[in-house]
Amino acid sequence: INHIVHNGGLYKRPFNEAFEETPMLVAVLTYVGYGVLTLFGYLRDFMRQWKIEKCQNATEREEQKDFVPLYQDFENFYNRNLYMRIRDSWNRPICSVPGAKVDMMERVSHDYNWTFTYTGRVIKDIINMGSYNYLGFAQKAGACQEAAAKVLSQYGAGVCSTRQEMGNLDKHEELEKLVARFLGVESAMAYGMGFATNSMNIPALVGKGCLILSDELNHASLVLGARLSGATIRIFKHNNMQSLEKLLKDAIVHGQPRTRRPWKKILILVEGIYSMEGSIVRLPEVIALKKKYKSYLYLDEAHSIGALGPSGRGVVEYFGLSPEDVDVMMGTFTKSFGAAGGYIGGKKELIDYLRTYSHSAAYATSMSPPVVEQIITSVKCIMGEDGTTIGRARVQQLAENTRYFRRRLKEMGFIIYGNEDSPVVPLMLYMPAKIGAFGREMLKRNIGVVVVGFPATPIIESRARFCLSAAHTKEMLDTALKEINEVGDLLQLKYSRRRLVPLLDRPFDETTYEETED
Amino acid sequence: MDVKRRNTPSYLHWLFCQFELITCSYLMEPWEKVLFYSFNLAMAGLLLYTAYVCVAFHLSSALQLLWSFLANPRENALSVVK
Repeated sequence: INHIVHNGGLYKRPFNEAFEETPMLVAVLTYVGYGVLTLFGYLRDFMRQWKIEKCQNATEREEQKDFVPLYQDFENFYNRNLYMRIRDSWNRPICSVPGAKVDMMERVSHDYNWTFTYTGRVIKDIINMGSYNYLGFAQKAGACQEAAAKVLSQYGAGVCSTRQEMGNLDKHEELEKLVARFLGVESAMAYGMGFATNSMNIPALVGKGCLILSDELNHASLVLGARLSGATIRIFKHNNMQSLEKLLKDAIVHGQPRTRRPWKKILILVEGIYSMEGSIVRLPEVIALKKKYKSYLYLDEAHSIGALGPSGRGVVEYFGLSPEDVDVMMGTFTKSFGAAGGYIGGKKELIDYLRTYSHSAAYATSMSPPVVEQIITSVKCIMGEDGTTIGRARVQQLAENTRYFRRRLKEMGFIIYGNEDSPVVPLMLYMPAKIGAFGREMLKRNIGVVVVGFPATPIIESRARFCLSAAHTKEMLDTALKEINEVGDLLQLKYSRRRLVPLLDRPFDETTYEETED
Repeated sequence: MDVKRRNTPSYLHWLFCQFELITCSYLMEPWEKVLFYSFNLAMAGLLLYTAYVCVAFHLSSALQLLWSFLANPRENALSVVK
């Protein structure tokens, strides 16, 4: 279903998001596949229990066999019998910088993925379609690397303290001022780990007696932070504004469950780009609802900062909104800036409060100086303050790559989820055998992809997730697309029942690309 | 897909690969595959046998009924049913 919304002037550009429905035959066959694997799983468990087969997974000790069983739940069953069969598609060790091309160590398994051995060979120049390297800052040469090396020789690598004790370097102050300027907010604070930013700061902002309205498909860090805080959590359907409005109305009208008192705070948790779906949040509508019902908004821009918007400032700039409308703007430095860590931006009172009360500020080690310098250099590059136009060119290159790649995949006939402008491209695989087959076939053809299966996605909707990068040249994308086409024909992955006609008003790719390439 | 590829051995191999992917026998160890395929072949054989025995019988009795209708159109239908 294509949602092209021109909704009361809230959206200044068309919002094209599509989640094509699973074809019935494919769903049935997927269940058949899972059924067969489950039966064989039971058979293997039986054989392991009766010692016909050697048991290689974790079990209780002999003395503890009479205790309550530890490994009988569905998750462990899935792990032993389904995940183990295709485990070679994950945790692949790489041995170079994860840029547009990466080197991977070859490994084989002689006992069906229970153990791996390295052959010693290194597979070179694999096209990397899996790293979160949206603007291509994962480099081993260039301005960022030189600045980081200089700071490393000046400050060393370790900080040996938390922010509140002796770990507050002048580099951290510089970074925070720069990030605040980049985002257009009053003040910002940076933390060492993106996951910890979410999970440790939401408990500092809300507590018992508050209400959290969180999207169905929020990331584990947001869910963990929400649960740790002790507030009441209500879930609204993914990106569905009617569901959110209904929940807000119920919250205002009925108040807290037993005492009927008004909620102390209502916090809406959304993400900029949802990494498993490739969908972009309907931010104008969320902000309109937030203002109408007087609640607060926490926006997690982990994947969208640097990747959306004409100058890379994220989903707020993409929709042309003001950053003052979002109460708490959170993001990470891992994806578009080639470093590690997270930040929270907002009003000065909020950030000063977080400096004192956040668990991450009080207990977590502060960021390492070379990492801080990498972020400072990359942010300056994106803003154009280093005197070059590299940053701007990269943002544009990413947008071009995104549109080209998504359009070509849709034309080939794959089912692609998500918004037209999101650099995260999930390609639906559905059947469990195809998850393993896709990963292996793509590696044979020298392309590294990330495939995602059950616990991260619903059980029948497994997918391959491509992350585009500004470092990918058109030749790399063409090679990748050719191989994906081949593998799609080989594995019969072209499920889409609607073929897009190529746009006739624009001349085909060769000339379009040359127009915008520097 | 080319129509020419229809009956070549590579097409049959590709079809077999699709069967392997759909039923997840692609992921199984060789002894599991042997077990699975022998079970499948046994089931298919049983189905074919049942079809051969029963369908032929049912078809012939249905045809007999039809002939008796055509031969004596004015007879009461109830007397034909045994």
